Amino acid sequence: MITTDICIIGAGPVGLFAVFEAGLLKMRCHLIDSLPIIGGQLSEIYPKKPIYDIPGFPSILAYELVDNLKKQIETFSPTFTLGERVEELQKLEDGTFLLTTSDKTQVACKVVVIAAGLGCFEPRRPDLPGIVNYESKGVLYMIKDPETFRDKKIVIAGGGDSALDWSIFLSSVAAKVTLVHRNESFRGAPDSAEKVFELSKEGKIDLLLSSNLTAIKGVDRIESITITDKGKKTVEIPTDHLIPLFGLSPKLGPIAEWGLNLDKNAIEVNTFDYSTNIPGIFAIGDINTYPGKLKLILCGFHEGALMAQSAFRFVYPTQKVSFKYTTVNGVNAF
Amino acid sequence: MILFEVEDLQGEKRTIEIPEGINLNLMEVLKASDYPIAATCGGLALCATCHLEVVKGFDELPAFTEPELDMIDTLPNATSTSRLACQIKLSEQLNGASFKLMESNEG
Ligand SMILES: Cc1cc2nc3c(=O)[nH]c(=O)nc-3n(C[C@H](O)[C@H](O)[C@H](O)COP(=O)(O)OP(=O)(O)OC[C@H]3O[C@@H](n4cnc5c(N)ncnc54)[C@H](O)[C@@H]3O)c2cc1C
Ligand code: FES
Repeated sequence: MITTDICIIGAGPVGLFAVFEAGLLKMRCHLIDSLPIIGGQLSEIYPKKPIYDIPGFPSILAYELVDNLKKQIETFSPTFTLGERVEELQKLEDGTFLLTTSDKTQVACKVVVIAAGLGCFEPRRPDLPGIVNYESKGVLYMIKDPETFRDKKIVIAGGGDSALDWSIFLSSVAAKVTLVHRNESFRGAPDSAEKVFELSKEGKIDLLLSSNLTAIKGVDRIESITITDKGKKTVEIPTDHLIPLFGLSPKLGPIAEWGLNLDKNAIEVNTFDYSTNIPGIFAIGDINTYPGKLKLILCGFHEGALMAQSAFRFVYPTQKVSFKYTTVNGVNAF
Repeated sequence: MILFEVEDLQGEKRTIEIPEGINLNLMEVLKASDYPIAATCGGLALCATCHLEVVKGFDELPAFTEPELDMIDTLPNATSTSRLACQIKLSEQLNGASFKLMESNEG
């Protein structure tokens, strides 16, 4: 069990900067994100795009902003649980909280800050009837441990870089790799595409182009997958695993079940301190809504600063928060 | 006037009428017409929440942009007439076209 003052759900820019504002008030933070990396939308959707409206930076690339935020909060030693989704949020009798993730990691804390952006980034599912029934029964959307596939037959679907790279990598691990892509060519990195064609010639990857997944079969777990090409020719391929790799898109997920007041997938907050209807739970950044809300990084940073002032009361109930500039007080590491 | 038809996720069809010479893209027009398009990326072809299928007039539309082709290539539910509305500038080329919103895997 991890114990901390504030548990922040979401390690996007707003969750990251909240660590800094909390740290100035001597509150420790633990962050949880379903992505295996920090940075939220900036890392997942537009790492190499320039952002022009971060005060003090006429232009900064999204990944650079994430790197800078990481550096800025290091002094406050935040801890992270990455690649796990927060599933449950329980309020205990003493007013503290217990959070549980998809991998059963538990975090006990005095304050919860939801900085969940547009929700959890989740894999895009192919349009394949019944596929949900085979999830965790051979269908995987993310590769955590390549050894799972040693000497197994696998089918990878998708045409992006991750489909190409994993096909190449797993061709020397799995017994058989079939790569299914709906187009004739790949738009991913040319080097990877070339390598895939080479491996296909050598018989190490079975390449099925201009083809789509059309059926999935199996009794207790996946046993075969049916693939149909442009000419409507179908093949049924016996397989141990199907790995669809079509990128990620955000979904609100379990947050909807936590008893928070919602308005169209966003959490309603009081703009005094971005508190929610549950005392001790705050919501900042893209996930919240209030009259005039703008989904901007800048606004999320401001919300984090105000949130920290109120969160202090839950962490240090007997103390008064005293407002000090960083220029006066410095940044006192812990 | 530019006239085209839009079918929403419930299958309801509506004709949209837009004056010519307006500097908007189709995503912006659809949002302004109250279609539930998140447009998370603001029109950079990076989120696919504006994904549509062109039912009629596919060949008449302005050409694909490179980022649009990259994005569509990664979508599991793309069809041979998929487009991203944010990459289609409003022009007379849309006259008579018919679009169907696609499940965007969003929210
Ligand atoms: C293409 C594009 C361009 C943009 N350009 C600009 C710009 O120029 N200027 C600007 O200010 N803004 C811009 N934005 C918007 C900006 O990216 C967002 O406002 C910002 O990312 C919000 O930060 P956040 O930390 O609130 O959420 P996010 O960045 O969305 O991060 C939230 C994180 O929470 C995680 N999460 C959610 N639910 C859970 C859960 N249950 N368990 C675990 N983890 C969870 C998600 O996986 C995600 O990583 C742009 C956005 C896009 C897509
Ligand atoms: S608005 Fe994001 S892809 Fe079109």
